[in-house]
Amino acid sequence: MPQTATTNILAILEADFNGIIEEWLGTQVSEGVKRSDLFSDSESRSQNAELLKAFSKGVRAGVVDAEFDLEDTAWEDLRAVLADVTKERVNRGVTPTEMATFVLALKSPLFSRLEAMLSDDPSSLIQEVMLVTRLVDAFAIYTNEVFIEERELIIERQREEMMELSTPVVELWDRVLTLPLIGTLDSARAQEVMENLLQTILERQAEVVILDITGVGTVDTQVAQHLLRAAAAVRLMGAECIISGISPMIAQTMVQLGIDVGTVSTRSSIRTALADALKTVGYVITKTRDH
Amino acid sequence: MAGVTTIHLVERALLVSIQDDVTDTEIIDLQDQLSHRISEEEVRGVVLDISALEIVDTFVGRVIAQLAGISRLLDAETYVVGMRPAVAVTLVELGMYLPETRTALSLTHALTQLRRA
Repeated sequence: MPQTATTNILAILEADFNGIIEEWLGTQVSEGVKRSDLFSDSESRSQNAELLKAFSKGVRAGVVDAEFDLEDTAWEDLRAVLADVTKERVNRGVTPTEMATFVLALKSPLFSRLEAMLSDDPSSLIQEVMLVTRLVDAFAIYTNEVFIEERELIIERQREEMMELSTPVVELWDRVLTLPLIGTLDSARAQEVMENLLQTILERQAEVVILDITGVGTVDTQVAQHLLRAAAAVRLMGAECIISGISPMIAQTMVQLGIDVGTVSTRSSIRTALADALKTVGYVITKTRDH
Repeated sequence: MAGVTTIHLVERALLVSIQDDVTDTEIIDLQDQLSHRISEEEVRGVVLDISALEIVDTFVGRVIAQLAGISRLLDAETYVVGMRPAVAVTLVELGMYLPETRTALSLTHALTQLRRA
């Protein structure tokens, strides 16, 4: 039987599967990346066992002439297990360093066993060590990639949630809507705000819309542009748009920047804007008693 | 021809409903017919219902703006009604704010405003 490059590693993995897991866990503890605070012992053990099982399956089928590619189908079990484990770890707040060290810790149990096995054949020992190093390194790099992807997914999801949270269109009165803008208004958000607003105008058949910018910290030319475009779109739909909450500071900035609001009505407070809006739809606010 | 647009006279206003499959030639014809009818029937306003329009381009935008200009010269107000959100966004993005036209949510709103005027 021809000696393939992986025979020795496979032999080691088969002979002492549980021993390797224990030592792997041990190395994780000594490297300080086990995070016993986040994972119970049995959880860590079963995660490691699954990973190692998938790893040996990959080594058996996926390494040809000491070459391998983790994207191959032979490695799909490892990729699947890794995706689950990484997801779990990201959710519990494990850092990238801990995640990489966690995988790299697999090297030392494998090395010590290879050394014991091949102590009388230094040249093949070196070759085996190099192969294991490449395998485990690729494994660790892949892990980190999955880890980062997972984190990016979380960021993307949170961004979407924030987007939804930050654009509530409120019906103040019959046919009067308000949109309190808070924070900064970049292009993506402005687009979201505008679409959301126009859709609500259609649904509620609103006649007046108050865009309140009390919560917007600064107004530069771009933010002003977004606001005016939203106001123009509202007008095209057939509703009236009032921009309220323009602070003295913002008024000064807008004039200094040469921003022309054209025919869009602007008010300093949402209070006056509301009074005007109610008047437009045919209501007046009356005082019923003196204090 | 499916997209023939008819013009109705209601309360001294011309009502036109523009269909989604309107062609460029038809819309030019419409512009011509409307100009004649505005001056012959002494209308106060033209109401363009574009609620069926799902897509606008600069051409349609420009024709609407021109119609508004023509109406104004002939002493009638142009109301654009029922614009869809996506159409409004597109027009704004194209920089066509249609300043000459008046806008309303629906035909009813436009007629109410015309009566008031």
